[in-house]
Amino acid sequence: MTDQSAPLKGRAPIPNGVAFDPALASKLLTRFGHGGWLGMQYYAHGDGWVELALPWREDLVGLPGSGVLASGPIISLMDNATSMAVWTLRGPFQPQVTVDLRVDYMRAATPGRTVIGRGECYKLTRTIAFVRGVAHDGDINDPVAHVAGTFMVLEVAAG
Amino acid sequence: MTTETKPLPPYAQGLGIEVDHIEHGMPVLGVDFSDRIQGRPNFLHGGALSGLMEMAAISALQAELSRRGDAVRLKPINVAVEFMRGGTAQRTYAVGRVTRAGRRLACVSAEAWQDNREKPIATALMNILLSPESTPAE
Repeated sequence: MTDQSAPLKGRAPIPNGVAFDPALASKLLTRFGHGGWLGMQYYAHGDGWVELALPWREDLVGLPGSGVLASGPIISLMDNATSMAVWTLRGPFQPQVTVDLRVDYMRAATPGRTVIGRGECYKLTRTIAFVRGVAHDGDINDPVAHVAGTFMVLEVAAG
Repeated sequence: MTTETKPLPPYAQGLGIEVDHIEHGMPVLGVDFSDRIQGRPNFLHGGALSGLMEMAAISALQAELSRRGDAVRLKPINVAVEFMRGGTAQRTYAVGRVTRAGRRLACVSAEAWQDNREKPIATALMNILLSPESTPAE
């Protein structure tokens, strides 16, 4: 299980039990760690879902000269979006790890376009969160990728 | 056995991923821990680790296809990643294994580990579509 508490990257972790605010957490996410390097940004959120944006950048390209984003940054985007979606439902913040993640690549992302990653948590138990998500570059009905995965809380909060 | 290793893509180089050595004709990739691949403080980010394993899988497939003399375009169809252990702040390795590479489809697995090869931190399974180099992109 790889640690995956995306918005906590860097030096400003959210203490356990504090209410989770995706917009605020994303400010950390865009500044530190892997998400910061990728240039991820907060886009929108609601109960059970979070959308993050990944602006296109030349050095995130997979095949040189193609302009097409590598698949790695898409996985990271969806990992973070789905992970944050869980916290919108859990309420108080609890650290969690990714158990597994599957990504289906529908098509190449359009060169130059920002990719939006929408993560949803569709079932929550005390320890496991089931998530799914879609990555698209403008039209959610013409997705770049679909994902499905699970997260597990590291420790159940006392009380 | 000689292996032609293609230069790693900009994304991989940006993360600090490099070819560590060649093992049984397959490139073993390595990446030092840095803020760029960090998730929770002092732990590897799951997405960065997935990216490393995808790169290892694709590099292994390219090595296999170049030995065969096939010039094809690779299109990832999907990847399934299992995370077994938290990746800590140290060097991480990954290598791919081509389970099957047919004419149109390849199935490649990859494994990542840190200080103990016997204790992988994550595995990945990829399906990759192979199309002739000359065919325009679908």
